[in-house]
Amino acid sequence: MKTMKKPVFKSALLASALVGTAALLSACGEEKAAGIEPKIYTDSLFAVMKADRTNYTKLIIKRLGPAGAGAIKPDEHWKDIPNGALLPAQMFRAGSEAVAEMTDDFTYSLQSIWPINSQNAPKTDMEKQGLEYIAANPGENFYGEETLGGVTYYTAVYPDVAVSDACTSCHNEHKDSPKTDFKLGEVMGGVVIRVPLKSS
Amino acid sequence: MRSMKKLIWMVWIVLTLSIASYYGYEMFVEEHKSSLLIGEATHGHYQIEMSCGTCHTEAFGGGEVIQEACESCHAQELELAHDSHPRKKFTDPRNADLLEQIDARYCVSCHNEHQREQTHEMGLTLPKDYCFHCHEDVLEERESHQGLAFDSCASAGCHNYHDNRALYESFLVEHANKPWLDAMARIAEPGHAQLSARKILDKTPAWQASALSASASDTENTGHWDGHLHVQKGMSCAACHGSNEQESSVWIEKPGLEQCASCHQKEAEGYQQGKHGMRLAQNLSAMTPAQSRSLEFSHSALQSEHGCTTCHQAHEFDTAFAATQACLSCHQDEHSTAFESSPHGQLADDLVTCATCHMPRLETMVGGEKVLRVEHNQNAYLRPNEKMIRPVCMQCHSLEFSIDALADETLINNNFNGQPAEHVPSMDWAVERDQRH
Repeated sequence: MKTMKKPVFKSALLASALVGTAALLSACGEEKAAGIEPKIYTDSLFAVMKADRTNYTKLIIKRLGPAGAGAIKPDEHWKDIPNGALLPAQMFRAGSEAVAEMTDDFTYSLQSIWPINSQNAPKTDMEKQGLEYIAANPGENFYGEETLGGVTYYTAVYPDVAVSDACTSCHNEHKDSPKTDFKLGEVMGGVVIRVPLKSS
Repeated sequence: MRSMKKLIWMVWIVLTLSIASYYGYEMFVEEHKSSLLIGEATHGHYQIEMSCGTCHTEAFGGGEVIQEACESCHAQELELAHDSHPRKKFTDPRNADLLEQIDARYCVSCHNEHQREQTHEMGLTLPKDYCFHCHEDVLEERESHQGLAFDSCASAGCHNYHDNRALYESFLVEHANKPWLDAMARIAEPGHAQLSARKILDKTPAWQASALSASASDTENTGHWDGHLHVQKGMSCAACHGSNEQESSVWIEKPGLEQCASCHQKEAEGYQQGKHGMRLAQNLSAMTPAQSRSLEFSHSALQSEHGCTTCHQAHEFDTAFAATQACLSCHQDEHSTAFESSPHGQLADDLVTCATCHMPRLETMVGGEKVLRVEHNQNAYLRPNEKMIRPVCMQCHSLEFSIDALADETLINNNFNGQPAEHVPSMDWAVERDQRH
């Protein structure tokens, strides 16, 4: 009897191990399925960014006007004047820099193929592809993956549209702007959001 | 044979313990840790190079630990300077390839310490053409910049890596075409300490003030105390010679930085950030001119330990003396010795003193009141010298003249005795581009 018990015991052990592994794998699968897809994650981030950016432009800067309202004056060199306020693009960048100080889970930046500051022109191949795509296909977004500094990123590029004549007039009149005929509703640049996926 | 082995073991143990004790004592007790120093520190840090823990705050820390140490002393200054290249501009992954060239997230990538033989001005340890790595396109796109060398960006008086408050294009255009000498600025009296003094006076118990005043009456060396501003403001002897502790009646023979700081807090903070007081901030012995590695000093002052009363003589506290004569009693380099015969030094009523330029009076808001305080960090507006342009030079001179004068080394050495021989073309280029637009 003793000799018969061993294989039965071994089989039972093997079966329970297989069931356990399957359960574990299935649990992992379920967890994965419950996670947020990168596209939904970046689309949601962009929705918040776009809402805040549009509101700041329309509800604050546009209402103050180029001369400001006495108490506060929107100005490119806002730091250098006592009542200076950031321009919409600067406000957006300040948010991006503040986020970068809080988390590495995602980064975002405002770029353009017609940048006032050449440091905000696309640098990586994916940025170039993405910005050209959204400029050529108004209303569409661009998604891809790229590896930078040994890390693979899910990269999403969203159109940044001129929502107010405050955007177009400032860019069209700026001496460092390579494009001077922006019109309301046109794509002026893009928001690039990156989410690290894995180390390669 | 066995006794020989024993002896060798004994000698080995004694030697090991001796060496360990020697380095242990130097590491944890001794102020001078010279045998642990891996190389002389730069001009900015040599005074505190024996206080290893100021920068190496943890024994096994990497770049982040050193970065935190850099920021603990320099972050505020960089913030005030509207730093053009803050760390936060480089953390986005899109800069990964640039960071492989220069990792601009860390101060030590450009300012590597203990490498004195390869250290340029401003503690820079990179080749001077570092701007090339990110701004290569400027030479092609800006007509005015064609043919310029990248090692001249920051050395020709046009740009500064961190502080461009007086150099950015719109500022140049806004201040163009002004006469080289404007109306002489009226320099108001500082008054910051009075705000703190009021609080101290209110807090000092009457019994303490009278007890300490009584013991002070025995001393003879009270100088010009009776007519001094401290007395006029109601300060008794106890305010300086008494302990800061409420219940203590200890008489402090020679009040030091701590006592002065109880009213002059901002001034003491600045003092400890500059070259005069940075050793005291690290609990090292006070700085003496003899310890300086670069400047020339009066022989008789070489062993003089720096403290508040070095410049503000005890019981006299004559700010006019502190503003020029105190400096010249130690500093004997070409620039300092040329001061009294220079156009600045010849002005009536001590209108311009050493302190006017090197320890300027700054307007600040304290508790809703507008007050002036003297910046006691002598380096805050010294190097790079473009830092002086707005708070100092432009109080009387045009921006263009200031930029040119500060780019002329001969003029700096003779204490601005004449007109600049150098001309920095940045303002011309900015105006030309603005007019073309």
